[in-house]
Amino acid sequence: MATAQAAQTAAPAPDSAAIPNVSREELLTYYREMLLIRRFEEKAGQLYGMGLIGGFCHLYIGQEAVVVGLEAAAEEGDKRVTSYRDHGHMLACGMDAKGVMAELTGRIGGYSKGKGGSMHMFSKERHFYGGHGIVAAQVPIGAGLAFADKYLDNGRVTFTYFGDGAANQGQVYETYNMAQLWSLPVVFVIENNQYAMGTSVKRSTMSRTYWERGAAYGIAGEEVDGMDVLAVKAAGQRAVEHCRAGNGPYILEVKTYRYRGHSMSDPAKYRTREEVQKMKDERDPIEHVRSILLTGNHATEDDLKAIDREIKDIVNEAAEFSKESPEPDVSELWTDIVA
Amino acid sequence: MATNILMPALSPTMEEGTLARWLKKEGDPIKSGDILAEIETDKATMEFEAVDEGTLGKILVPEGTEGVKVNAPIAVLLAEGEDASAAEAPATPAPSASAGEGSVPIPSPLKGSEGRAEPTPADTPAPVPAEPKAPVTPDYPEGTATRTMTVREALREAMTEEMRRDDTVFLMGEEVGEYQGAYKISQGLLDEFGPKRVIDTPITEYGFAGIGVGAAFGGLKPIVEFMTFNFAMQAMDHIINSAAKTLYMSGGQMGCPIVFRGPNGAAARVAAQHSQDYAAWFMQVPGLRVVMPYSAADAKGLMKTAIRDPNPVIFLENEILYGRSFEVPEMDDFTIPFGKAKIERAGSDVTLVSFGIGMTYALQAAEELARQGVEAEVINLRSLRPMDLPTVIESVKKTNRCITIEEGWPQGSVGSYIGSQIMREAFDYLDAPVISLTGKDVPMPYAANLEKLALITVAEVIDAVKQVTYR
Ligand SMILES: Cc1ncc(C[n+]2csc(CCOP(=O)(O)OP(=O)(O)O)c2C)c(N)n1
Ligand SMILES: [Mg+2]
Repeated sequence: MATAQAAQTAAPAPDSAAIPNVSREELLTYYREMLLIRRFEEKAGQLYGMGLIGGFCHLYIGQEAVVVGLEAAAEEGDKRVTSYRDHGHMLACGMDAKGVMAELTGRIGGYSKGKGGSMHMFSKERHFYGGHGIVAAQVPIGAGLAFADKYLDNGRVTFTYFGDGAANQGQVYETYNMAQLWSLPVVFVIENNQYAMGTSVKRSTMSRTYWERGAAYGIAGEEVDGMDVLAVKAAGQRAVEHCRAGNGPYILEVKTYRYRGHSMSDPAKYRTREEVQKMKDERDPIEHVRSILLTGNHATEDDLKAIDREIKDIVNEAAEFSKESPEPDVSELWTDIVA
Repeated sequence: MATNILMPALSPTMEEGTLARWLKKEGDPIKSGDILAEIETDKATMEFEAVDEGTLGKILVPEGTEGVKVNAPIAVLLAEGEDASAAEAPATPAPSASAGEGSVPIPSPLKGSEGRAEPTPADTPAPVPAEPKAPVTPDYPEGTATRTMTVREALREAMTEEMRRDDTVFLMGEEVGEYQGAYKISQGLLDEFGPKRVIDTPITEYGFAGIGVGAAFGGLKPIVEFMTFNFAMQAMDHIINSAAKTLYMSGGQMGCPIVFRGPNGAAARVAAQHSQDYAAWFMQVPGLRVVMPYSAADAKGLMKTAIRDPNPVIFLENEILYGRSFEVPEMDDFTIPFGKAKIERAGSDVTLVSFGIGMTYALQAAEELARQGVEAEVINLRSLRPMDLPTVIESVKKTNRCITIEEGWPQGSVGSYIGSQIMREAFDYLDAPVISLTGKDVPMPYAANLEKLALITVAEVIDAVKQVTYR
């Protein structure tokens, strides 16, 4: 079993010399993908404030390195499933920003024709299986996708994402047991952002090293610094190799942090502004890559500005599309109920 | 160019809010991410962050202002180099997405279609039905002083009174304590009763529902809050198999005095997995008590009864109703017995039977019908198990027509049960078939226009009345 990789506490500023084997292109890709998620989410927050998005809307800001790092370890055809905090996962696996944003505004151009909303989107084409609103329900579903892959012997791996709060649900452990028993090729990714709504990890369990809980079932795993996209990618590769080699499931506990409230209506009194600010100042995943790029002379400020503009255009275009795309036709109320 | 900073929507049900405090002054520089103001929504006080950079020009809405509508301009943001005079003229709305879009008023195509389907918006003060004409069922003696309070306050007051009265009563659930309740029902309870009696749980519905049942077997009186009833599905086995059946299985030795409570049914735009009415599901189970209050008085009186009841009680609240205000009697110990419906409005032409939020459609329709010369009798069931069928049957014998109204799905609905009972007990009195109006037979869609269609509407109630009165 692998051991803990990194601590969650603030690390010193990255030193480019300490980052071997990463190409400029790769770094720029991570920068671009993380920035897309951040700008997209900021825009979603604005559209919510304007009443264009309704209901629940859970932003992924702060956690970008988790999905971008793991997608870098995935191969075409691998699957993913997650909770309601799903916009980042969709953008990272190659779903179109326009279709995601239009789903947020409830329009026909959205991935679910406007019928699912922020929490419920799917893309068979990109092997994205949702978008689930019931905490932890996606965990056995992810193992089930892996069951199908094993059954079909297609060499695919499923990334099953869930939160630190979800990790306390009983169905997670029922799933661990079967996943190991049947050697299912599933990577359980615990996105430990330290809070489940207003409940900190400390207030919800005495067993706070989530990845180690797999040991009771014989599942290998490790802790990962989720603010460092390169560390996430490296851990993702170990996990995927383990699964593809037929060794069964693997657990990654990714230490991360959400900057915004749980959803749009969270007064966030359960943590101090200083705590949030410290994370933003010292551990921001995008700043991390940015500083590697700049200090290692992989890119200039102007290069990065150009990427910023490119991302801004994509996001603005998505926002425009999400406003212009019409509401679904009323006949859609009665479609897709049974096949 | 100067732009307007608009009142933000900060929760799914927010239509207006209070601008509690400005944290920036006119002339202050603003960076994106700065906290501009504190805004009180229907649920909580929220910090409002700046999206764009600039200088705070003019504050248009002073702090302390209540009832500020979402999207109303609250301040003017000056771009670099502009002086305050730019703020004198009304800021120009930019036509479309630009860098500053977040602070620019963009006509929202959804406005007006937000919230509930019908003309009366969800949060207008107490949709007080036209002063009901006698005979209505009194819950308290005539002349009792009353106080206006929200359903939220009434629930909180009922729990508080019962927790003071009986120290075996405790509250358990997700975010009920330190967070003060996801929907602020339990606000302040942790302060008064401490962590022994107001217990925050991890997200483990099946586990804590079972622990609640065990604690009830062990002599305590748990109130188990589900953040919403959608999550009670995780706990269904303990509710049905452990709580509801034990008295019977133990030959009467041992029952389960527990209250399972939380918001039930659709809220606003929270989509399929978070918008379901479970009334008909729970109503089917022998051994359970099932109540669904409409008004604040219902909520208070029924909650107190629920906590004292020796049986497992399913207490179905509604997020949209939480913020609505009603009169509640000022009495030392106000309770409403289970199994007693309330005639909210007397009438002779048709009987409308509903419960919970369904009452808002029934009462609005009755008012409109009265203007058209049709007098509807409106019955608020309040408790579904036991159900006060005699009151319904008596009414139907008088009006000869009946329409039931609920938000749940049609097949196996509460209304279909009521219809079958009326057919049995009052067949000869019927002048038209009983119509069961329900939510549409679809999962709840997210899109604003489709959600409106999926819910029941006042117009549908009026149409149904016209149908059974052959107008
Ligand atoms: C079964 C269930 N219980 C409660 C909720 C309400 N709820 C939604 S998200 C959430 C917190 C989940 O926290 P975590 O798993 O850490 O994920 P995060 O939101 O931090 O990404 C809660 C309690 C729910 N959706 N489903
Ligand atoms: Mg979390």
